[in-house]
Amino acid sequence: MDGPVARSHEASEVRRNVRWWNAGWFDVLQFTVFVAALLGLLVSGAVGMGYNWQWYRVPEYLVQIVEGELLWGPLARGLLVTLELTGWSVLITLAIGLAAALLRLSDSWSGRILAKAYLEAVRGTPLLIQIYLFYFVLGPILGLDRFWVGVVALSVFEGAFAGEAIRAGILSVRRGQWEAGASLGLTRFDLYRSVILPQAVPLMLPPLTGIVISLIRNSAIVSVIAVFDLTTEARNIIAETFLSFEIWITVAAIYLTFTVALSVVANRLEQHVRA
Amino acid sequence: MERMTRAEPLIELDGVSKWFGAFQVLRGVNLRVAEGERIVICGPSGSGKSTLIRCINRLEEHQEGRVVFAGRELGADTTDLAQVRREIGMVFQEFNLFPHLTVLENCMLGPTRVLGMTPADARGRAMEFLDRVRIPEQAGKHPGQLSGGQQQRAAIARSLCMRPRVMLFDEPTSALDPVMIKEVLDVMNDLAQSGMTMIVVTHEMGFARTVADRVAYMDEGSIIECLPPDRFFANPADDRTKRFLSQILSH
Repeated sequence: MDGPVARSHEASEVRRNVRWWNAGWFDVLQFTVFVAALLGLLVSGAVGMGYNWQWYRVPEYLVQIVEGELLWGPLARGLLVTLELTGWSVLITLAIGLAAALLRLSDSWSGRILAKAYLEAVRGTPLLIQIYLFYFVLGPILGLDRFWVGVVALSVFEGAFAGEAIRAGILSVRRGQWEAGASLGLTRFDLYRSVILPQAVPLMLPPLTGIVISLIRNSAIVSVIAVFDLTTEARNIIAETFLSFEIWITVAAIYLTFTVALSVVANRLEQHVRA
Repeated sequence: MERMTRAEPLIELDGVSKWFGAFQVLRGVNLRVAEGERIVICGPSGSGKSTLIRCINRLEEHQEGRVVFAGRELGADTTDLAQVRREIGMVFQEFNLFPHLTVLENCMLGPTRVLGMTPADARGRAMEFLDRVRIPEQAGKHPGQLSGGQQQRAAIARSLCMRPRVMLFDEPTSALDPVMIKEVLDVMNDLAQSGMTMIVVTHEMGFARTVADRVAYMDEGSIIECLPPDRFFANPADDRTKRFLSQILSH
């Protein structure tokens, strides 16, 4: 096993030496130049419109130390709400997704129709409209407060995509596995629990991580129903201070930190499961 | 329903027909298998052999005729299908072991989940059968670490752990090389000696000759003849059987 791998390493070494534009440092240089140009454009644009950068004012909205006491700023509190919202949504999304996938795969005709209709309805309407529907129509009927309207709306939206990811994972387990399990007399529940899902879950992990990342990003939309999440807090700060460049850049960086961290974890997980 | 007389067969196929779309795979097949009987089914590929035995535990659904196991007819309205399947062991060409479980866990899954045995009892039974198929030392490994012959024997042990009343074998040696074929056939021989009812789809005519009570030849969805091996090999009545035998035995 060692031979071919080592050889291909040598080969790529050779290639790197020959083609200097493929070298790692050139990649980094390209990236640096690109980012620098982008930042330069931003700064010169801001200067051109006479924007008054006040980065020094940003930290107080994250965290403040008043008389030796640590006080969380509005952005930190908003982040906590966003994470709480996302956390609950992940759980409910997975539950809805699993239910939708199992319904799609069930023998029940009405179950399959129901699951398909759900998928089409969610995919065919804008998330913003769904949020409004939940907030103005279902929220009052079910007696849900804003936070839970946000959680449910996000979960119902992402649950449809999670359902597809779960279904694809289940369908990729070989037919012989179903037959072997059924031949032992396993019930459908035990077949899924002990044979199919343990093999399907590793295959679902990458797409499901994508869905969690998308949940974090899409959670920003709950700001339209005045849930005090990261985005809402940012809007409020900007309304008071006009620090729109600094705050939006900071908020984007915060979202990015979490999504990138999650991507890294997901990659590790995927490699671990494959090994 | 538990009324079982000696004359009543364990498995009864009565005019069983099945279509895949417009193609008729089974054409009114009749077969009766008594308890303790060993049947070998052979025939060219595409003749419906596999489909036939897969109808016995309803992995395939027949569309006409009757499939009766131990007095219970299997049909669309069979509610206790899992109940029936636990009594019918099945061995597949591709082994179909559960790759995420060890060999031991493969053998324990059915007894714990379906028969409600305690893990300790199930482990004892699993080791007993792994011993019988001569791979007790492989118990802790995952299927991917085993040779094909070992995997197939593990699969046989997994089925036996359910203490089935009949064992179905669907071309159990077709995916194996000659050395491994012998390992598996030896185990199947032992099993036959122990009095297990067996229905085996195979091209191993040596096995058929020594183990089978009756050998059935299938072609184009029908059982052309079903005879004790001495008569089957010595003077088959049908020309198609003769031609098949001359082809397969010339190798």
